[in-house]
Amino acid sequence: MSVLHRKLGRELLRMSGQALAIALVLASGVMTYVLTSTSLASLLTTQARYYSEYRFADLFVDLKRAPEHVGERLRDIDGVRSVDTRVVAMVNIDVPDFTDPVSALLVSLPDEGQPALNRIWVREGALPERADEVLISDAFADAQSLGPGDTLGAVINGRWQRLRISGVGASPEYIYQIKPGDLFFDFERFGILWMRRQPLATAFDLDGAFNNAVFALRPGADARDVIARIDDVLERYGGQGAYDRDDQVSHGFLDTDLQSLVVMSRVFPAVFFGVAAFLLNVVIARMLAAQREQIGILKAFGYRNGELALHYIQLVLVIVAVGSLIGTALGVWLGRGMAGIYAEFYRFPYLDYSLDVGVAVMALTIAALAALAGTGHAVLRAARLPPAEAMRPEPPSRYRRSWLERLGLGGWLDQPSRMVLRHLGRHPLKSAITVLGIAMSVAIVMLARFQVNAVDALVESEFGLAAREDLTVTFTEPTSYRAMFALAAEPGVGQVEPMRMVPARLRAGHREYRLAIRGLVAEPDLHRLLDIHQQPIRPPAEGLLLTSYLADTLGVVPGDSLQVEILEGDRPVRQLPVAGVVPEYIGMNAYMELTSLNRLMREGNAISGVYLKVDADERDRLFQRIKNMPRVAGVSIQREAVRSFEEDMAGTVLIFTLVMTLLAMVIAVGVVYNSARIALAERARELASMRVLGFRRAEISYILLGELALLTLLALPPGFLIGYGMTHMIATALGTELFRIPAVIAPSSFAFASCVVMAAAIGSALLIRRRLNRLDLIGVLKTRE
Amino acid sequence: MSASQPEPHAADLVFRARGLTKVYQMGEVEVHALRGVDLELARGEFVVLLGASGSGKSTLVNIMGGLDRPTAGELWYENEALSHASERELTEFRRRYVGFVFQFYNLIPSLTARENVAVVTEIATEPMRPEEALEIVGLGGRMDHFPAQLSGGEQQRVAIARAIAKRPAVLLCDEPTGALDSKTGVVVLQALDTVSRELGTTTAVITHNAGIADMADRVLVMTDGRISDERRNATRKSPDEISW
Ligand SMILES: Nc1ncnc2c1ncn2[C@@H]1O[C@H](COP(=O)(O)OP(=O)(O)OP(=O)(O)O)[C@@H](O)[C@H]1O
Ligand SMILES: [Mg+2]
Repeated sequence: MSVLHRKLGRELLRMSGQALAIALVLASGVMTYVLTSTSLASLLTTQARYYSEYRFADLFVDLKRAPEHVGERLRDIDGVRSVDTRVVAMVNIDVPDFTDPVSALLVSLPDEGQPALNRIWVREGALPERADEVLISDAFADAQSLGPGDTLGAVINGRWQRLRISGVGASPEYIYQIKPGDLFFDFERFGILWMRRQPLATAFDLDGAFNNAVFALRPGADARDVIARIDDVLERYGGQGAYDRDDQVSHGFLDTDLQSLVVMSRVFPAVFFGVAAFLLNVVIARMLAAQREQIGILKAFGYRNGELALHYIQLVLVIVAVGSLIGTALGVWLGRGMAGIYAEFYRFPYLDYSLDVGVAVMALTIAALAALAGTGHAVLRAARLPPAEAMRPEPPSRYRRSWLERLGLGGWLDQPSRMVLRHLGRHPLKSAITVLGIAMSVAIVMLARFQVNAVDALVESEFGLAAREDLTVTFTEPTSYRAMFALAAEPGVGQVEPMRMVPARLRAGHREYRLAIRGLVAEPDLHRLLDIHQQPIRPPAEGLLLTSYLADTLGVVPGDSLQVEILEGDRPVRQLPVAGVVPEYIGMNAYMELTSLNRLMREGNAISGVYLKVDADERDRLFQRIKNMPRVAGVSIQREAVRSFEEDMAGTVLIFTLVMTLLAMVIAVGVVYNSARIALAERARELASMRVLGFRRAEISYILLGELALLTLLALPPGFLIGYGMTHMIATALGTELFRIPAVIAPSSFAFASCVVMAAAIGSALLIRRRLNRLDLIGVLKTRE
Repeated sequence: MSASQPEPHAADLVFRARGLTKVYQMGEVEVHALRGVDLELARGEFVVLLGASGSGKSTLVNIMGGLDRPTAGELWYENEALSHASERELTEFRRRYVGFVFQFYNLIPSLTARENVAVVTEIATEPMRPEEALEIVGLGGRMDHFPAQLSGGEQQRVAIARAIAKRPAVLLCDEPTGALDSKTGVVVLQALDTVSRELGTTTAVITHNAGIADMADRVLVMTDGRISDERRNATRKSPDEISW
């Protein structure tokens, strides 16, 4: 080991507090990077493996009814490799000892063995054999504690039937086991039931026919082309428009979540690496300034620029290595926890979770690059300093009276306060940099709280103000108003409001999006639409009202025209104007006035669902009756959905908030402690001289710590601003088809961020005070600086 | 070109300077630290530089050691034109040939006495062992002390050990005895004398102590950026014969 290495070791030891603070900030960056990248990688590989092992289909289509031989025509389409025709139906089921309505999606399996596509992973038990047997989805089974041998009741096409559970499993088609049309999963109240084709078809009068098909494409086939052909073939059979994986519910959800993960894997590490680079810059620049003469002497004896640069870079790299090690270890550890959370939401048969060495190396590389970006310039400049110049100490700085004093307020200040102000005034840039660093940590605490605020705001806006119904009842097919009046007549039902949903494809230029257009009454009171000021607005009589995120996705603004291809009934294709936009946070919707929608469909007063307000006491009995009503396809309980959403989110949000707050504190301590240590080093002589002159410890502490307190307070307003900006940036970056996160910051967050940062400042101050108290008066005055 | 060509060199001339000038630019003001110095140093010669404070002694020695470049004039070390050398070439020159003792010792505070010497011997070709160098300056017993644990004089002796340990061809000392009492001063000068005699090191020592001049082959006096006086001693006195 060379002497320079020993020098490096001792210096690191001396600045170990500072070095550790920086290493921890770097570790935070590495941790978030490793955590998000590994999760992302493991989800992607698991997804790919599951999809291929269990043959996830490429295209999907729903239709009314087609005779089985039409399947042959679908198989003959160019580009199609294989087709599974199926019977799929939504039913209400009875779970023993559970009163809330539970809906299930019945999906047919071929009469023998596994399907060709979307194969079943059997977790327990076996595939159904007998006509009354079903295999149920795993999340539902877990939530309801059901297993092989248990029974369920189902109302199939109006007749009550008893179903025996043969097994529990899942398929790549339902990794996200969510009720179609819903935005949150509710594993207790929704499940997928796989049943043999023959009994299922018989129950739904679909003998020798199918109402759903899934396709695998040949490699290189043009999906759009194949979709057009499928739609041609199925037009006569009530085809609702074929769609690809992007529009498939489970894949769509998974995909958007993965996209958010990609964003997070970039944004958060970037913030931490940025702060670490900044801290290193401050600390190393200060260290180089203090070591000017040492650099000079080494150069005088013939050390080369490169050797000296390397010496200081090694010091930086040791910090990077320590940070990366801690960060990677934490990332892997937390990653296992995160994998557990994912396993809740995504029903994979397995999760390929492992730390990719590439990710660790990448994290280390990025951390090193960030650190070098922060220090490289200062190190090279110091190494290039001509030796004769390096050995001359920097000229003493010029002090001036601070502007406060010049304003005539000097008389109000005691001598130590004046020293604080003059010191700040002497180094405006240094002070500004410290303020910026502390402001960054304020901003990061705000970011940590932002998710909590956002979820509250989202729930309040979407469910408190907009969707105020208690229940949504949907019918198996468009019905007359009589169905609504029947519901309204039930005891316990208060307000009712009809609605109509029509599957459609919206096109603007080459962009298109498939959704269900919602027809609402002219003046909705239960299911309301809100403008940006949270004021109710009416659905348009002419044209469509779009979720603003959808308008952006399609690249249209109010006044533009959209091609609307209805995928039901006579399948009309129309040009409709965009009448306006609504700033919704969840999902992407298109709204019309109910009567206009029916006019477009050339159907009379048809409705496909009803929003209800119900009496809480009558709720359970009402469920029982509604479940058994003909043509009721499903009942969604708004409040339960919100509750289970909040529960689901609460866990993740809490963990996220906790971790982020911790990280923010690391940054706050890192910045404040480093600034304080630097201030101490720079002023040790001055402070020691004052002690020698008879100033008390408390008095000299005040000079140093008063400066720190002032800088911390000064950092709060810019911190709030940066936090606000980052919140907006991240909210925008994290927006997906499913959710947009409202960029709101609750007033309490400002207070919380201030408290966290001030706590960090006080903690650092106490550490520094200990050092101040041990200030070695003679030692400080003896060594030249 | 021909004007600045060095004279056909006598084999034993190590340093040759012609019209060395150094001007420091201090904002509006120009400080003329050297105003045309002509100088020749023979191999193994021991030179003492005297002169008032601010007369340019440190500036001249720094330029000879390749720490700084002259504003104008020529400086040759053997066949190398230091006055026109690049920064990299100057670094290699210092690394290979020069040992410095600075006015303010300039030890590295995070290294022990031994390590302060070792940091130089590590990059030298045929150095002494650091312990040997410290023995020579009488610090054999304090090798593992840090600079903060040493007195000013002890620190200065470490600085001298560091300069001689690499067995330099050129030894440049800026007030090496400034902080020493006469007894230790003699020890230190003895070390310089020994090194210069045994290794044939060309040595230049700046001092304010005219007595030390007696141990030199030649004494140069600087006034206001010029060499104003020069005398040769018939014999070099041994340091213990010098009166302080
Ligand atoms: N970097 C510099 N910038 C400006 N002026 C300088 C610089 N270095 C030296 N000088 C000036 O050049 C002149 C010669 O300085 P030098 O250090 O060579 O004097 P010296 O003879 O070594 O004095 P002393 O005996 O006090 O060490 C002085 O006037 C000094 O102020
Ligand atoms: Mg001098």
